[in-house]
Amino acid sequence: MKFSIIKESYTGSVPEITFGKNRKVSFGGEKSLPFLFFEGEHPHKPLISFEVQDSPPQDYPKELAKVYSSVWDDPVRWAKLCESFGAEAIALRLMSIHPDTTDAKAEDVADKLKKFLNEIDLPLIILGCNHTEKDAEVLPIVSDVARGFNCIIGKAQEGNYKTIAASAMAGGHSLIAMSELDVNLAKQLNILITQMGFPANKLIIDPMCSALGYGFEYTYSVMERIRIAGLIQGDPMLSSPMVADVGFYVWKTKETQAEDENSQWGSLHERGIIWEAVTACSFLLSGAELLIMRHPEAVNLVKYFIEDLISTKEK
Amino acid sequence: MLIIGERLSVISKVVREAMEKRDAEPIKRIAIEQWKAGAHMIEANIGPAEDIGDEIMEWMVRTIQEAVPLPVSLDTTNPLAMEAGLKVHNNEFGKPLINSTSFDPERFIFLELAAKYNAPVIALTVGKGGLPRDAEERVEIALKLLEKAQEYGISLEDIYLDPLVLQIATSQSQAMEVVKAVRLFRELNDPPMKTIVGLSNLSNGCPKHLRPILNKHFLTLLMYEGLSAAIVNPEEVRETIKTVNVLTGKTLYAHSYLEI
Repeated sequence: MKFSIIKESYTGSVPEITFGKNRKVSFGGEKSLPFLFFEGEHPHKPLISFEVQDSPPQDYPKELAKVYSSVWDDPVRWAKLCESFGAEAIALRLMSIHPDTTDAKAEDVADKLKKFLNEIDLPLIILGCNHTEKDAEVLPIVSDVARGFNCIIGKAQEGNYKTIAASAMAGGHSLIAMSELDVNLAKQLNILITQMGFPANKLIIDPMCSALGYGFEYTYSVMERIRIAGLIQGDPMLSSPMVADVGFYVWKTKETQAEDENSQWGSLHERGIIWEAVTACSFLLSGAELLIMRHPEAVNLVKYFIEDLISTKEK
Repeated sequence: MLIIGERLSVISKVVREAMEKRDAEPIKRIAIEQWKAGAHMIEANIGPAEDIGDEIMEWMVRTIQEAVPLPVSLDTTNPLAMEAGLKVHNNEFGKPLINSTSFDPERFIFLELAAKYNAPVIALTVGKGGLPRDAEERVEIALKLLEKAQEYGISLEDIYLDPLVLQIATSQSQAMEVVKAVRLFRELNDPPMKTIVGLSNLSNGCPKHLRPILNKHFLTLLMYEGLSAAIVNPEEVRETIKTVNVLTGKTLYAHSYLEI
């Protein structure tokens, strides 16, 4: 008897997002659950962007400092280093604006960004500092400076989405909408943003990331539920591509920093890289199409993982 | 659930006069209103229309499809009118629906048309002998109808079984028989048979202010049993359908669920 695979039928699909001005890159567009190539089209691989910060980071642990400390006082040099690692996109995080760091003014950041946009032609994600009020103040100005560069702006949250979404729309950018680990809130935020007239096919959901061992399961299951609602139930408000802001959460954990030579945890170098890679790969399985990562070796591992899965496509 | 807008019916004075005068404006306006309220299909109920039914149905289908990009449910007992409607129907917007056949030999012609035009058909579970007494009798008729339909080469997926909603004011006990019939109909096949009701017949003859209340709550019961389609006033049942879909987990809840 001939063996035939039972296939799920899907009523929804994930919109494709393309960003960048001269150099463009795309992700999303799939019509079945992650990596189930036999059930539906997957026009793009998941995309990995390298995180760059606009000022020297105050919380990068040793393993990241080893890679970036020589360039981190200049975001342009930092981004060029990432490019030399094979980066296809950059996520520029404006940490300098956070009231707890240097509380930089929007105008100062705008100048920095202009210079950055002149020098770097990789597709760009511009992230605030996750401080609701400060992001609402700075991101609209940033969106305007980057007008025409077709960026991704983030992150709009329940408390500040109106100004951020309006300015992202005016600047012609895509937008990351972040809610706090709740599938219903993710849907609600997407409804509110699209009710303002923001195009649903330029929205990206951030269900709020976490690191392996630190709430990881919550993000994983919320992502799964979002993807199932979007693809199988055909819920248009939950079919957006998803981003996993992996590096930000992973490199805060004890496991990426503890140096106790006598512990049974093995090499810190390998441990940190693996922690980021495993977290990232797992979120690809739960449905993320866009990753924001830090360590180049972790990125390489994730790329290897993606290629390995994609090689099953032809078999 | 498939929502079929019921408002273009010969029973309505405005619609009847528009049909007589071939006045497209009210027809188009009502079609558009129903489309905007969430209808997936528009019913054109021209009644028996004995003399020039074919001409009227043709005009109705064309007029509706000029206004909205939806398929039309053709409701007439006149086979000539039915065929005229099927001929001019624009299938780019979806297949038309034949409303309806039943287990009355005079109505088998509609099975023939369903096969000829490859169109889904509503099968009313009534015979020639009068109204069904209970759910079991409806199932009995449904089985005979399915057998008949297969003789005409119609696939089970193209049949919508209609248990015939009766008036609550005169046949109160029939309401729960209809609910039960929907459940039993579904069990007749795997995948389940499709089911449909003409909802507002429930409240026919009731005071005007009670009608939407009766209709909406009855629809809730029917949806719980897995009803696949309903001929309704879409505006009236919009909130009910969205809410039941949330309660049964078909749609994910969000505070603004009624607004989308």
